[in-house]
Amino acid sequence: MHEIYEFDWSSIPGALPYLMHGMVISLEITASAVIFGIVWGTLLAMMRLSSISPLSWFAAGYVNLFRSIPLVMVLLWFFLIIPHLLETIFGFPRGTDLRFGSAIAGFALFEAAYYAEIIRAGIQSVPKGQISAANALGMTYGQGMWLVVLPQAFRNMVPLLLTQAIILFQDTSLVYVSALADFFGAAYKVGDRDGRLVEMLLFAGAVYFIICFAFSQLVRYYQKKLKVA
Amino acid sequence: MIIIDNVSKRYGDFQVLTDCTTKVGKGEVVVVCGPSGSGKSTLIKCVNGLEPFHRGEIKVNGVSVGDPKTVLAKLRAHVGMVFQNFELFPHMTIMENLTVAQLKVLGREKAEAEERGKQLLDRVGLGAQALKYPGQLSGGQQQRVAIARALAMDPVCMLFDEPTSALDPEMINEVLDVMTELAQEGMTMMCVTHEMGFARRVAHRVVFMDHGCIVEDDAKEAFFAHPSSERARQFLAKILHH
Repeated sequence: MHEIYEFDWSSIPGALPYLMHGMVISLEITASAVIFGIVWGTLLAMMRLSSISPLSWFAAGYVNLFRSIPLVMVLLWFFLIIPHLLETIFGFPRGTDLRFGSAIAGFALFEAAYYAEIIRAGIQSVPKGQISAANALGMTYGQGMWLVVLPQAFRNMVPLLLTQAIILFQDTSLVYVSALADFFGAAYKVGDRDGRLVEMLLFAGAVYFIICFAFSQLVRYYQKKLKVA
Repeated sequence: MIIIDNVSKRYGDFQVLTDCTTKVGKGEVVVVCGPSGSGKSTLIKCVNGLEPFHRGEIKVNGVSVGDPKTVLAKLRAHVGMVFQNFELFPHMTIMENLTVAQLKVLGREKAEAEERGKQLLDRVGLGAQALKYPGQLSGGQQQRVAIARALAMDPVCMLFDEPTSALDPEMINEVLDVMTELAQEGMTMMCVTHEMGFARRVAHRVVFMDHGCIVEDDAKEAFFAHPSSERARQFLAKILHH
C-alpha cells in the first residue's frame, strides 16, 4: 500500500523573485538568439541563393551541419570548448562565467541554420519580376534586396519566424546542462532545495505552456490578418 | 538612341535570339511584334541588360550594354521599363513607389521627388491615389502608375514589355492612351505589344520577329500595307481578325 502524494505548493511564493530572475535570463537568451539568428540567417540565405558557388556551398554546408546535430550537443560544445578557447587565446582569467554568452552564441548559431531556410523560402516567394523592376529602376542588387525583396519576404515570413521563436524559447531550458539558472534551471533548483521537485516542475511547465500558447495564438491572429490584407 | 547590332542569345542549346539588328532613333516609336516565343520580350530585356546576351552589341545613348565595364545600374536609371505584370512594389504606397528610386538612385531630395511624383500621377490621371497601396488599384491603374514610376526617373527612352497583355480588355485603352500621349510628346519608345491599333496610330516603325530572328523591320505604312514575309502576313491575318 502506498501513500497518496500530497502536493505542497508553498515553496513557490517565496521563490518568485528568483524564478522571475530566471525568466529574465530565458527571455534574454531567446531575444538575443532570435535577433542574431535572423541577421546571420538572412546572410546565410542570401549566400545560399548567391550565384557565387563557394558562398552557396558554404551556406548549404553550414545549414546542413547544424540541422543534423542535436541542439543540446551544440550547447555543450559551446559551454565546454569556447570558454577554454577564450582563456587560452585571450587570456581570460580561469573561471570567468561565460555561460550566458556561450548560451547565446550557441543558440544563435544553431537557430541561424533554421532561420536561413525560412528566410530563403521567404525570399524565393517574392516574384522574380520584383527584382527585375528594382534593377530596371537603376537599383543595385543590394538596394533591390534591402528595399524591395526583403521587406516583402519578411512580411510573409513573420508567422514562421515567430513560431520558430516560440520553439527557441522552449529550447532555452536546455541551458540546464550548464547549470545556468534560467527559468527552468531556477525552478529545478528551488524544487531540489525544498524537496518539492514535482510541484516546481509542474509549475514551470504551466508557465511555459501559458506563455507559448498565448504567443502562438497571437501569431495565429496575425496570420489571419495577413491573409485578409 | 538604341542600337541593336547582331545580337544572339541562347539558353543552353536553345537559340532564343539569332543575329538581331535594329535601332530606335531619338524620338522614334518602334513596335516589336510577333508570335509568342519569338524572342521579342527577351530582346527588349537585353536592351537594359536584364537579360545577358552572348554575341553582338547593344548601345543605349552611346553606352555599350554588354561591356563588362558598364555600370548597368547607372544605365538603367535612365532607361524606363514597363513590365507585363506591372511589378509595382506592393509594400509601398503609390507615392513611395514613385519616389523610392528617385531618392535612392538619383539622390533627389524628398520634397523634389514627391513633387515630381505628384506631377506624373496627375498626368496619368491618378493624382488622388497617391496614398493607396498597389493592391487597392485596378490593373489598368497599376500599369499607369508603373509608367509614371518609370517616367519619374526622367528616362532618355522607354521600354514597354507587353504592357497591356495582363489587363482586362476594358482597361487596355486607358494604358494605351497614356502611351500614345507619351509618344506624341516625342519620347523614344520601344514597345513589345500585340496592340496593332496602337502600332498604326503612333509607331514609326514595326519590327516583326519569329523564332528569335527579326524577319521584318519596316516603316509602319509599309508593314501594314504589304508585309514582305509570309510569316508576317499570316500573323497579321490572325491578329487583325478580331
